[in-house]
Amino acid sequence: MVYVIIKELSPSADEVIIVTSSLMKDMTSKTDMYRANAIRVLCQITDGTLLTQIERYLKQAIVDKNPVVASAALVSGIHLLQTNPEIVKRWSNEVQEAVQSRAALVQFHALALLHQIRQNDRLAVNKLVSSLTRGSVRSPLAQCLLIRYTSQVIRESASNTQTGDRPFYDFLEGCLRHKAEMVIFEAARAITELNGVTSRELTPAITVLQLFLSSTKPVLRFAAIRTLNKVAMTHPIAVTNCNIDMESLISDQNRSIATLAITTLLKTGNESSVDRLMKQITTFMSDIADEFKIVVIEAIRSLCLKFPLKHRSLMNFLSNILREEGGFEYKKAIVDSIVILIRDIPEAKESGLLHLCEFIEDCEFTYLSTQILHFLGIEGPKTSDPSKYIRYIYNRVHLENATVRAGAVSTLAKFGALVDSLKPRIFVLLRRCLFDTDDEVRDRATLYLNTLGADGAVEDMKEFLFGSLDIPLVNLERSLKNYEPSEESFDINSVPKEVKIQPLAEKKAPGKKPTGLGGPPPGPPSTIDAYEKLLSSIPEFANFGKLFKSSAPVELTEAETEYAVNVVKHIFDGHVVFQYNCTNTIPEQLLENVTVIVDASDAEEFAEVASKPLRSLPYDSPGQTFVAFEKPEGVPAVGKFSNMLRFIVKEVDPSTGEADDDGVEDEYQLEELEVVAADYMLKVGVSNFRNAWESMGPDCERVDEYDLGPRENLAEAVNAVINLLGMQPCEGTEVVPSNSRSHTCLLSGLYIGNVKVLVRLQFGIDGPKDVAMKLAVRSEDEAVS
Amino acid sequence: ESCPSIKNILLLDSEGNRVAVKYYSDEWPNNSVKEAFEKSLFTKTQKTNARTEDYVFNEVGGRVIPWIEPGRVSNEDLNTTEIAMFESHIIVYKFVQDLHFFVTGAENENELILVTVLQGFFDAVGLLLRGTVDKKEALENLDLILLCLDEIVDGGIILETDANVIAGKVASHSIDAAAPLSEQTISQALATAREHLARSLLK
Repeated sequence: MVYVIIKELSPSADEVIIVTSSLMKDMTSKTDMYRANAIRVLCQITDGTLLTQIERYLKQAIVDKNPVVASAALVSGIHLLQTNPEIVKRWSNEVQEAVQSRAALVQFHALALLHQIRQNDRLAVNKLVSSLTRGSVRSPLAQCLLIRYTSQVIRESASNTQTGDRPFYDFLEGCLRHKAEMVIFEAARAITELNGVTSRELTPAITVLQLFLSSTKPVLRFAAIRTLNKVAMTHPIAVTNCNIDMESLISDQNRSIATLAITTLLKTGNESSVDRLMKQITTFMSDIADEFKIVVIEAIRSLCLKFPLKHRSLMNFLSNILREEGGFEYKKAIVDSIVILIRDIPEAKESGLLHLCEFIEDCEFTYLSTQILHFLGIEGPKTSDPSKYIRYIYNRVHLENATVRAGAVSTLAKFGALVDSLKPRIFVLLRRCLFDTDDEVRDRATLYLNTLGADGAVEDMKEFLFGSLDIPLVNLERSLKNYEPSEESFDINSVPKEVKIQPLAEKKAPGKKPTGLGGPPPGPPSTIDAYEKLLSSIPEFANFGKLFKSSAPVELTEAETEYAVNVVKHIFDGHVVFQYNCTNTIPEQLLENVTVIVDASDAEEFAEVASKPLRSLPYDSPGQTFVAFEKPEGVPAVGKFSNMLRFIVKEVDPSTGEADDDGVEDEYQLEELEVVAADYMLKVGVSNFRNAWESMGPDCERVDEYDLGPRENLAEAVNAVINLLGMQPCEGTEVVPSNSRSHTCLLSGLYIGNVKVLVRLQFGIDGPKDVAMKLAVRSEDEAVS
Repeated sequence: ESCPSIKNILLLDSEGNRVAVKYYSDEWPNNSVKEAFEKSLFTKTQKTNARTEDYVFNEVGGRVIPWIEPGRVSNEDLNTTEIAMFESHIIVYKFVQDLHFFVTGAENENELILVTVLQGFFDAVGLLLRGTVDKKEALENLDLILLCLDEIVDGGIILETDANVIAGKVASHSIDAAAPLSEQTISQALATAREHLARSLLK
């Protein structure tokens, strides 16, 4: 008991000389229990110097005959490895001996410790695993450890999977027949988590897991269904055999098991089983808690996107559950799913919008109602018969609270603006809104009536009313606060479109990152919308037109250099903008007036148009500078650019954060940058390649054959070509089964000028690894092909 | 690819208050976080098993008693090990009388290993309390339970899973109540330490 107390209190070594000396006496005492516990306690409270003194005893203890003592010493070794690794590594001989011990748990602990000691040495681990897989392992825990190490070895061994089975796979498969359930399960799990596992390798593991599914113990069922769920994400076909067992699990008492069963079935189901599944899920949904329901909703959404033809039944299902009781998060998830389905499946639009309208008649969440109304305003006018929705929207104007009423008025106005035939009717309705009790509603109604009722300049009005605000809200708020009421009215154009970097508050909190740009994130790759916003906020680039494509960031410096720079290439119709994201990793320097000098002598078709320098680049906060080039419109020009970073460097005193006043101009060479054909290609997937191919017609088809020369394997060749073309692989054809001699890859993309392009590649690999490729291109424009 | 590790072992009573707990992970830095975790874990597992909404209250002879639907056996009767996922951990648990045993592991841990630990702890406690496993006995023999926890897992690594061995180790500890240390100052320190420990556990 004393030992527990001492461990609990854990004083530092120099405070308890007395305790440690008594404990050391205990370590050599006759009673084994005391020795074991004394070892454990000492190792927890000791530090390096004391450790060397007792090391001799510990080494003896590891090979002690009594398993309790040995285990204690080994486990303490595992803990000590974190703090004093060199000392523990000296014990490897004793630990190796302990691995051969007869006592089950000693072997387990010794194995764990030995692996930790040697884990950076791949060869040693390999040897360890091979010797033990052939030898005998006594405890199930040690067997589990061995399975884990084996899978690590398999993972790290070179990908020579062409030559038959992996090493040690037989061992894993043998473990599937072990006595202890935990070993069977660990082996099954390890097999399913192997890299690039084939269906043949998976089958025995899945059979075992299927047996677990029907066990009486909830833990086994849970473990099995969780593993099958993970497998279903990558190999849904392999799991289909278990569908029947999983369907019976839907009514399991344990709700986690039931939810996992449902989500797995949703992934493995095919089109015919969808209807049956939907019926079962409807009864199931009322039983489970909100958080599980959200998981199921997301699974249904991916299912619907996978089988767009089934949208009707799935949409009905979603709207039914929308009507039932549920919390805000849950209903929001359903609404989001319906919105995504409407956007991605055009046939579902009409029914989806109607479902949403019926929902807002009864919705208790203002946020959702306004969101749906806004969405209706965008999508409704585009449908074939927008007047259907007006009734629903107008009802909101009468029946709901002020926020929803205001939203409804805006939506009505949008309908009126975009659909001319409805304008007179909308005006009648809007006029009635003028008598509303809430000011916001009356204001909006008045605004819309006046602006839309006036003739002429209708286009500007629409942009004014319904276009998005391209000024960051933060700046608008700040300007409004600064505006003092005076003779001049507030000029919205005076609000700065760019976002200011907050001044670095280094004095207050050294090392704390500045709050930085309030707008789009600078460093990490953003979506194309963020880039658009960023570029359009810069006045020089605002008239380049619509952004066609932004590439991923390309590093221009090696890692760990003083200035880390990567570049993003933005392609417009007639221009190309290079955005250089720079990071200063030197704390003692502040860079100012950062520009990139681009030498375009190797790219004749490009002419530099504008360059936007970065005013200041303090330590560790990324910033951007831009250079814009003009290129011939519509032509996919290619070229090489060499870059040099030029700046004024000022020394910064790290303690005060003050920069010197005068700085020195300096230059820093960056790597070269290439603009290639793939930059002009957007990756756009096509769900049914065959249909799209047929509809393109053979007039704009070009076919060619290429010899790609020797390659490692087919997969590498396929990947290289995909990267070169920059197009999106469809229907999973980028995955090349190992050992195959030929492969067909289907790619689709959108070329600059909005031209759809489809490519069919056929690869064949010869004996000495020579790869030949046949390329067939179809697009809407022959020149592009 | 690491050793299977346990995050905590909890023994709670029928209202979710602590009887004996031991944490082996830094995810719960202070006591209030730990207690919040225990409380929420308890409410979640109570709901999924006892299913109180299925209980219909009937008036029988002037008293209101819960009526369990026929065919739905509650966990108390079957004494099986249940499993749940909670806050991205895996929890296996068992209820007996008015005590609730929980073992927590990481999300990707082998669930069956957690079950063996739970079973070892459960059976060892049964052996130590000589068959009567309820809250009163547990509190009276709190020292045995704490020793038991100490012998099963050391700093997250599993030491022993066989209930007989665990119970044997605990029993041999408590036989020799008089510590072999003969220093005067140690016994003084021991007294204050014991007070300290008792205070921190029952806080």
